[in-house]
Amino acid sequence: MGETFVELVTRQAEWGRGNGRMSLQVELEQQRNVLIVRLRGELDHHTADIVRFKMEDAILRGRCDHVVLSLKDLQFMDSSGLGVILGRYKLIKSRGGKMVVCDTQPSVKRLFELSGLFKILSFYDNERTAVASLEVVS
Amino acid sequence: MSGQNHMKLSFASRSENEAFARVAVAAFVSQLDPTMEQLDEIKTVVSEAVTNAIIHGYDGRTDGIVTVEAELDGDSVSLSVSDQGKGIEDLDLARQPLFTSRPELERSGMGFTIMENFMDEFDAVSSVSGGTTLRMKKRIESKKALFN
Repeated sequence: MGETFVELVTRQAEWGRGNGRMSLQVELEQQRNVLIVRLRGELDHHTADIVRFKMEDAILRGRCDHVVLSLKDLQFMDSSGLGVILGRYKLIKSRGGKMVVCDTQPSVKRLFELSGLFKILSFYDNERTAVASLEVVS
Repeated sequence: MSGQNHMKLSFASRSENEAFARVAVAAFVSQLDPTMEQLDEIKTVVSEAVTNAIIHGYDGRTDGIVTVEAELDGDSVSLSVSDQGKGIEDLDLARQPLFTSRPELERSGMGFTIMENFMDEFDAVSSVSGGTTLRMKKRIESKKALFN
């Protein structure tokens, strides 16, 4: 489990090289009226704008009512990430939709719990159950 | 008891350095053989402190300097993150969960709460226009110690 100093530095360097300057990737997929947002990498103050713009654009242009945040490959998140997620949650909610989260890593889940966002968002084990929960809603 | 080891990093107040700072500190602290959870906590805390310095201390200006220091002493890590920015007027208010001085920036207001939760000791010193220094300490119960 634990990484040595060299392994950690090597992994981070490879990550940076593989992704150019972007340490966060946002993948969007529309399934009927549900927008699935897959975040890969690290969500902090520096990368929060990418999420904000991409999601805002998809929500305002598209025909989605609900959002599934799929976080299996989100390796890091801090309070800046919570802020941008809370902002999109408010937008979706103001339009009468629902936002749910699935597949969170333990460290990311812990931050949701600590911030109280755990109480206002629903969490699911995987995308399938998350999307299914919204099909019942709509 | 191993001797003290320490490091100091100074870098420009640019948001891309947030990842650099947390990875550098995590790599340094990994000498104590922390668990992944403890390493995640350290990374999060450094990210919060450096982000605060950039957004609040320097108001997003990129010409400021953020300094991060870490010291290992026995099984403890001490961190200090400082800026020479505008300072915090009311520290008690800043430490309240969900408080943010910049609501227009979509901040969650959870930075201080997270730092206080993830570290064993937390202290903030700030003066208006004199900058802010956050000092924190955490005990790392290494896997080695747990197995013995």
